[in-house]
Amino acid sequence: MAEPVIRIRNLCTQFGQFVVHRNLDLEVRAGEIVSLVGGSGSGKTTLLRQMLGLEQPAYGTVQVLGEDINATGGARLRQLRRRWGVLFQHGALFSALTAFDNVAQPMRELRTLPEELIRDAALLKLDMVGISPQDALKMPADLSGGMIKRVALARALALEPELLFLDEPTAGLDPDLSESFVALIRELHRELHLTVMMVTHDLDTLFALSTRIAVLADKRVVVNDTPQAVIKLPHPFIREFFLGERGQRAQEVLRNKETDREHGK
Amino acid sequence: MTHESISLVSIFRHTVTEDWYYTRRMTNQQVPVLTIDRGKELTVRAAGAWQVHALTRPDVMKRIRAALRSLPRDATVAWDLSQLSALDHIGAQLFWNAWGKRRPPMLYLAEQHQNIFRRIEQTGTLALPQQPKRRLLSTDTLVRRMQDLSDHAIHLVGLIGQLTLDLARFLRHPLRGPWKEISANIFHIGYQALGITALVGFLIGVVLSYLSAQQLHTFGGDIYLVNILGMSIIRELGPLLAAILVAGRSGSAITAQLGVMRVTEELDAMLVMGMPHGFRLILPRVLALAVSMPLLVVWTDAVALSGGMMAAKLELDLSVTYFLQQLPGAVPLPNYWIGLGKGIVFGALIALVSCHFGLRIKPDTESLGHGTTLSVVTAITVVILADAVFAILFKSVGFR
Repeated sequence: MAEPVIRIRNLCTQFGQFVVHRNLDLEVRAGEIVSLVGGSGSGKTTLLRQMLGLEQPAYGTVQVLGEDINATGGARLRQLRRRWGVLFQHGALFSALTAFDNVAQPMRELRTLPEELIRDAALLKLDMVGISPQDALKMPADLSGGMIKRVALARALALEPELLFLDEPTAGLDPDLSESFVALIRELHRELHLTVMMVTHDLDTLFALSTRIAVLADKRVVVNDTPQAVIKLPHPFIREFFLGERGQRAQEVLRNKETDREHGK
Repeated sequence: MTHESISLVSIFRHTVTEDWYYTRRMTNQQVPVLTIDRGKELTVRAAGAWQVHALTRPDVMKRIRAALRSLPRDATVAWDLSQLSALDHIGAQLFWNAWGKRRPPMLYLAEQHQNIFRRIEQTGTLALPQQPKRRLLSTDTLVRRMQDLSDHAIHLVGLIGQLTLDLARFLRHPLRGPWKEISANIFHIGYQALGITALVGFLIGVVLSYLSAQQLHTFGGDIYLVNILGMSIIRELGPLLAAILVAGRSGSAITAQLGVMRVTEELDAMLVMGMPHGFRLILPRVLALAVSMPLLVVWTDAVALSGGMMAAKLELDLSVTYFLQQLPGAVPLPNYWIGLGKGIVFGALIALVSCHFGLRIKPDTESLGHGTTLSVVTAITVVILADAVFAILFKSVGFR
């Protein structure tokens, strides 16, 4: 059994008097696409930021790729940070750089790759997410919302990460675009053998992508299992979240996927 | 020698299962190497992990490039990549570029690495479109500069016009004016600047006093120190000092604030909710600065004069009482009014200039930094320009 990519043990977070997480445990294994769901204010984004080492928990350990993120520093932490990619909710592209330079920047930061290789590799990554060289020279301010997300995904993938964090990957995209974005992530997951950790509210994305769903409720992860198993769980939040009218519709995606599998597709 | 790619489903066939992650991590430690076998036929063998993290280790890139350079140009080379333990897109791109961006006639490649090259091959050669080179000086840039300048002028005139209309609206219905914004701005721009203006004013007063005292002492004109200090500080230095400090302190703050509001789309939100920028953002700032600047001028004058008095007492033994008694006589009253008037005008100008630049910031970080710098520089320049205009207009007022 391989060591988990992310292992969170006994995590507690507190903002002043307000307890966000209490004794939270979570494990993500390699090759999985884990979705983190929970009501608003349940601390999803905080948990994601703690995995990235942007915030420190009051208590407990967060291990990512075998390293305790709050105990390592210096070169080891820098090394670790090059092994993951992060897609922020609003893209967080460097607005002073063109789309192309945004993708090339992480490679240039390594200081050893020749510029010609960087150019080809960056264009390849942009092509993977469907950005043409013509659009590559645009500034982020001149790109549409969907394109910003695509460029940000290309930037997250620039250094061939083993682990990809997605914060609301399809929020703010129209259904068509979000569907193609989901397909893109699924394809990249297969092609690049990524482990994906994502936070999402979008039920369609959730069922279409996740191999596992981790539900954040009652200040901890109440369940971390396959989508089929999660929706069977009698928990008030899960019932409300997944079994409403919206959830029923989204689950059809799941059922279709299952029938596809039965037919050996 | 066949001229089609031969792919070798090698013994190294990894099954893509959950333990790929492990193999990847272990092989991460393997250094990528390139060996050239000059046997019957030239064969290049690659081994190790051709992944970005391994490639960026010290000296790895240098050795690989040296090996690639040593290959003869036109000879047929067989490439054996079947020993690769891992490959990613950057490593593959490195090979691809070494092959002259096409598949070499003889290539041995493990099955699990086929996909990556297929992807690169499909993508084909991508090139960034050529950007027209910008020369530092050309008619083009000159024309653009001129357009930029006239654009600024038009916007600024528009701003002043809007401000006049807003001011008229405010005077018609003073009770419905943006009082809260005005008072908040007076607090931030006026009250919170008291400390810094006092410190700088005091020190300038001391410096000026020492400097003049030495010169005056040489020809026994000690008592004229009151005239020099009084005139220069009240008429000229007090307003100018306060204006420069406020331009640096609050001008930049106003520009940055409006700029961030542009970035976060707050400006657009205000517009669509029917809250005009002029009445809500610009008018309160201009009024607040026009009110607090004269007060700051009085404050700076007082502190600078007390600094001068203190230095005079120490250097020339000129008593404070004498200084205060002489002051009204040495500085005629119109000078005080000129100083206050300068305060009002400078304040309004600083607010206008910083609002102008703040509203023109585009929603990106570079424009924000550029706009703020430009705003402060322009505000200070405009203040000094206005000061020169004052000096010319009032050249015969307030002197004996």
